[in-house]
Amino acid sequence: MSSMNLRLGRTLIYTLLIGFALIYLAPLYVMLVTSLKDIEEIRSGNLIALPEHINFSAWVKAWNSACTGSECEGLAPYFWNSVRIVIPAVLISTIIGACNGYVLAQWQFKGSNMLFGALLFGCFIPFQVILLPMAKLLAWLGLANTVVGLVGVHVVYGITFTTLFFRNYYVAIPNELVRAARLDGAGFFAIFWRIFLPMSTPIFVVTVIWQFTQIWNDFLFGVVYSGPGTQPITVALNNLVNTSVGGKEYNVDMAAAIIAALPTLLVYLVAGKYFVRGLTAGAVKG
Amino acid sequence: MFKYLENQLPKLVMAPTAIAMFVCMYGFIAWTVGLSFTKSRMMPQWDFVGLMQYEKLFANPRWMVALDNLWIFTFLFIVISLFIGLMLAIFLDRNVRAEGALRTIYLYPMAISFVVTGTAWKWILNPGLGIEKLVRDLGFTDFEFRWLVDQDMAIYTIVIAAVWQSSGFVMAMFLAGLRGIDDNLIKAAQIDGASTTRTYWHIILPMMKPVFFGAIVVLSHIAIKSFDLVQALTGGGPGYASDLPANFMYTFAFNRAQMGVGAASAVIMLCGVLAILVPYLYSELRSDKQ
Repeated sequence: MSSMNLRLGRTLIYTLLIGFALIYLAPLYVMLVTSLKDIEEIRSGNLIALPEHINFSAWVKAWNSACTGSECEGLAPYFWNSVRIVIPAVLISTIIGACNGYVLAQWQFKGSNMLFGALLFGCFIPFQVILLPMAKLLAWLGLANTVVGLVGVHVVYGITFTTLFFRNYYVAIPNELVRAARLDGAGFFAIFWRIFLPMSTPIFVVTVIWQFTQIWNDFLFGVVYSGPGTQPITVALNNLVNTSVGGKEYNVDMAAAIIAALPTLLVYLVAGKYFVRGLTAGAVKG
Repeated sequence: MFKYLENQLPKLVMAPTAIAMFVCMYGFIAWTVGLSFTKSRMMPQWDFVGLMQYEKLFANPRWMVALDNLWIFTFLFIVISLFIGLMLAIFLDRNVRAEGALRTIYLYPMAISFVVTGTAWKWILNPGLGIEKLVRDLGFTDFEFRWLVDQDMAIYTIVIAAVWQSSGFVMAMFLAGLRGIDDNLIKAAQIDGASTTRTYWHIILPMMKPVFFGAIVVLSHIAIKSFDLVQALTGGGPGYASDLPANFMYTFAFNRAQMGVGAASAVIMLCGVLAILVPYLYSELRSDKQ
């Protein structure tokens, strides 16, 4: 191959790669510039024009006074709802997943493999098939439209993934370790605490990031199981965008969308490597 | 006694999960399947009416539109995502500079919720102020782009947004696959005089078969479950022209007090997932044994 051809090939590769990078970045760019314009400028200008004067009023409005349905308190209360849902749900599902994974990988009993298979299936079911009975159960427990109820739902359906993550991580560790420790008189929890936990940091990071992203971004459970005061931010964002009191304020919509995306985006930028690892580990789950 | 308890500990630790799973997964699935054979509307009631709800479901034009949309959406979403993902992965694998930064850019939409994606694309595709205005400002004053409010085209806006969100993930899957290929194989082919294109077409792509398979399973799974994106981008509209089965189920089960129909549609969705999953798991298990 001549060097001329080679150079042409390289140019083509870079053009395509950079072109696609621009396409992927475009929506974020459009959101950002739109959120910084005032409504006059949005109507007179176009999507990609930079704002003439940077104006944060849309952000302020999106945060504390935009209407989401009949309430007009901005996204702030819902942001904190999401925080109150995400933190316990992530912690509980991760801890249970770690214990389950430890048992399924290192303390197998009769039927434990079948149990794992049955659990794995839960990664695949379309949640529509459990929505109605879960609503009944929550109502029966008195947890309909509560943060506790939502946390419970996220924990129950998150355990499948967290268990899968930890089980696949611990299964690579030779069982001799457990046997030797038992001979030395260490029990079930001592072995977990002193041997397994200290080497589990990477899988904890992967699992926490995975669960955080899933639960923060959840819309289905949020829209079905939350009430007016307990809606998570995704539901509030959708309400905000679809509330049209007076004229449409696209700058406020965009500021609100960025606010809703910010936590998971930050996690991705800070710990992208772990995010991708979770994505490929949980791949076949979708 | 203590020794006995100690031996039972692993089972004890698994017990809460096992109970939650049997109740909240298998029990609930059974409940929904059962409900789909009753005439429940507002409240569950347990008079068996056979397949009546399924007949009602398939006689409902809105459900048929949702099913048609699902085929269109799934097919285009998978084909385009595979094409873009594979292309980006192959090019990224050619020792390019700033590979890490590019990968980060291609994959960041995966970290964002579908509701945010829908909101963003709703604005970009806005008839009047979005892309249409942008192109008109460039001098093409007759340019029209109103897919979002066009009955026949709205479903394609969902394809666009979904591809934008998920193709980076397909890229990551293919890139991992390409990195797993032995370099010597490629060198050997090139010593034999095969061109780069031929090497990819005849040697590398056939080796990517498991990745294709895996990616198709993941993407079709995402497609069947798609709900948030439609809700945020088009709200299923105009009318119900861009409804998907998940949106149909939500509307009928929770807004229209048609529990039986909603349950029947959920059961059909479950069957759809099983139809993809069972052959996949079967082939995976078989290749494990070999």
